[in-house]
Amino acid sequence: MSGRPFSHPSGSTDPGDRSASGPGQNANLDSHFGEAPGTNGRREAPDSRGLGDVALRRVAAFGGVYSNHRALRAAIQDARERGAEALLCLGDLGAFGPSPDKTVQILRDEGIPVVRGNYDDSIARGLDDCQCGYTDPRDNHYARISYDYTLANTAGEHREWMATFPPEIRFRLGDLRVLAFHGSPRRMNEFLWETTTPTHFLERMARKAGADVLLGTHTGIHWSRRLGDRSWYVNAGALGRPANDGRREVWYAMLEAQAGESELKVEFIPVEYEVELLADEMRDEGLPDEFIETIRTGWWTTCLEVLPGKERKGGRW
Amino acid sequence: MPKRPVNRRVLQPSFLILKRTSLLGRVELAVIDDAPSVALQALDELWFQVAGTVCNLRCHHCFISCAPDNHSFWFMTREQVAQALEESVELGVKEYYFTGGEPFMNQEMEDILVDTLALGPATVLTNATLMPPRRARRLAQLSRASIYTLELRVSLDGITREMNDAIRGEGAFDRCVDGIEQLVKVGFLPIITCMRSWPEHETERYLEGFRRLLSTVGYERPRIKILPPLLMGEEAKRTRAYDETERVTHEMLEGFDEGQLLCSRARLVTARGVQACPILLEAPSARVGDTLTEGARTPVTLKESACFTCYLSGAICSNSPSGAGGDR
Repeated sequence: MSGRPFSHPSGSTDPGDRSASGPGQNANLDSHFGEAPGTNGRREAPDSRGLGDVALRRVAAFGGVYSNHRALRAAIQDARERGAEALLCLGDLGAFGPSPDKTVQILRDEGIPVVRGNYDDSIARGLDDCQCGYTDPRDNHYARISYDYTLANTAGEHREWMATFPPEIRFRLGDLRVLAFHGSPRRMNEFLWETTTPTHFLERMARKAGADVLLGTHTGIHWSRRLGDRSWYVNAGALGRPANDGRREVWYAMLEAQAGESELKVEFIPVEYEVELLADEMRDEGLPDEFIETIRTGWWTTCLEVLPGKERKGGRW
Repeated sequence: MPKRPVNRRVLQPSFLILKRTSLLGRVELAVIDDAPSVALQALDELWFQVAGTVCNLRCHHCFISCAPDNHSFWFMTREQVAQALEESVELGVKEYYFTGGEPFMNQEMEDILVDTLALGPATVLTNATLMPPRRARRLAQLSRASIYTLELRVSLDGITREMNDAIRGEGAFDRCVDGIEQLVKVGFLPIITCMRSWPEHETERYLEGFRRLLSTVGYERPRIKILPPLLMGEEAKRTRAYDETERVTHEMLEGFDEGQLLCSRARLVTARGVQACPILLEAPSARVGDTLTEGARTPVTLKESACFTCYLSGAICSNSPSGAGGDR
């Protein structure tokens, strides 16, 4: 694994060169993680250098923005009001929603660090598809529409910025070592669903990664599990579309651990935003009615193939 | 299985195919010398040949020729499965799959699922012809009691009685559709799998046919998985066997994501030893050990013609896309 800390964006070849952060890029993060004096003497994993030794107490994490710039703005405001010391995006900025540049611009302006998602990787590199790996013809049909639209409407300079996203970010929360990624620590596009991911599998993954908390997204449905005395898995869910639960809100995760303590508190927070205005934008952009139905009803209408039986059963389609 | 002795000294090291035929006249796997090999990256999928080669049906396309009287592999016991489950925890297995033959011919199948669902998600590959209401209710109960998913993957090879039974035997269609109805009634969304026996461009028409059929038994949002034919076992007799150019070579693996191959992330445990994958139950070259731990350490040589299908189609045996690709 080649974890590049998120305080070294902008294509710096030297991971120790902190000055490489351009204006507006992760400045927020540097102030949160990089600039404060070190307070924690615990040994870090080798590729977590550059995050500083600052132990945070309260971090908001969100994934799968899918061009839902309205939900993103609402979530950022909500997380700050709730006292988040740092915000972290777990990747997949594009797909599904309208005008992808709007979402990218918000994240750049806010200096929020982003872990590379499969969508970002594909858009940055101009790949043929989103690397979701669907085999069902209907899912592939909608995935194609979504991907072609996003690729055509993402500015070149934003694609270059996406190419700098690190595949993982490590930081310290209280006394806990957190590893943030998109799909899994080993694969950007690995689905970790609640009903198909054994505890022993996650424990082993955490052990190998040298982390107490595994923090990911990719599936679009939030969940968490305590793995052992001192290890957790958290799926932050997605801001881009509802959690296939019949509610219009989207979700993010607030992680909290007190200084000197090794107990994690996870809170999933529903975010309300202007669903109808987003629906209008999607219509104006010619995006499929099925996508609009999802944000208006809270039920997934596409990309259903990858859902395990239990998660599928919880939805309408 | 009897083998005809081969004098390998007269053969060139690569691109030489040895077609072997047993005394019983059964078509066997062709083998290539100097084949590439693949190490296990992670044991994500653990497969159990839980019903051996014993099946209540005798399908014309079965790639391992399972039948009521094929006893070459016998049922696994609950203890044998439990032993492998125990090893699987340390190995970090992600998903458990049960196949045969027909898994529900194994009298201990429900208990085996109890043990498995305590550890992780379980998938049973079944023909659903042995699915009385009592069993369906029991399976639903097991599913509800676990935090993990229990998937029933039902093989149905046609959208009409005639189409299915020509492959799976007389009466199979009605009993299978009944079985699906029982599973749907108790709340399952079974994954219906079908081996494609039509030209690829007609797939959408057949998918629509499946949706209509399944709707008649109350299955309104079916999960359907179309599989490419494997030209092995009974299917090799029915259509054709792999030809000599259909092999995986070193050159083909250059720049290829080996995670697409099932043997890079799975093993099959049987009543007598561990094999590389569920397709290669009987291939001596695919035997990787006596125990799971040993089998996980042993690389797999891609000697068999079926490896070519896996190379082309990806690991079709898994329930859903593996997320292969997208590596760091």
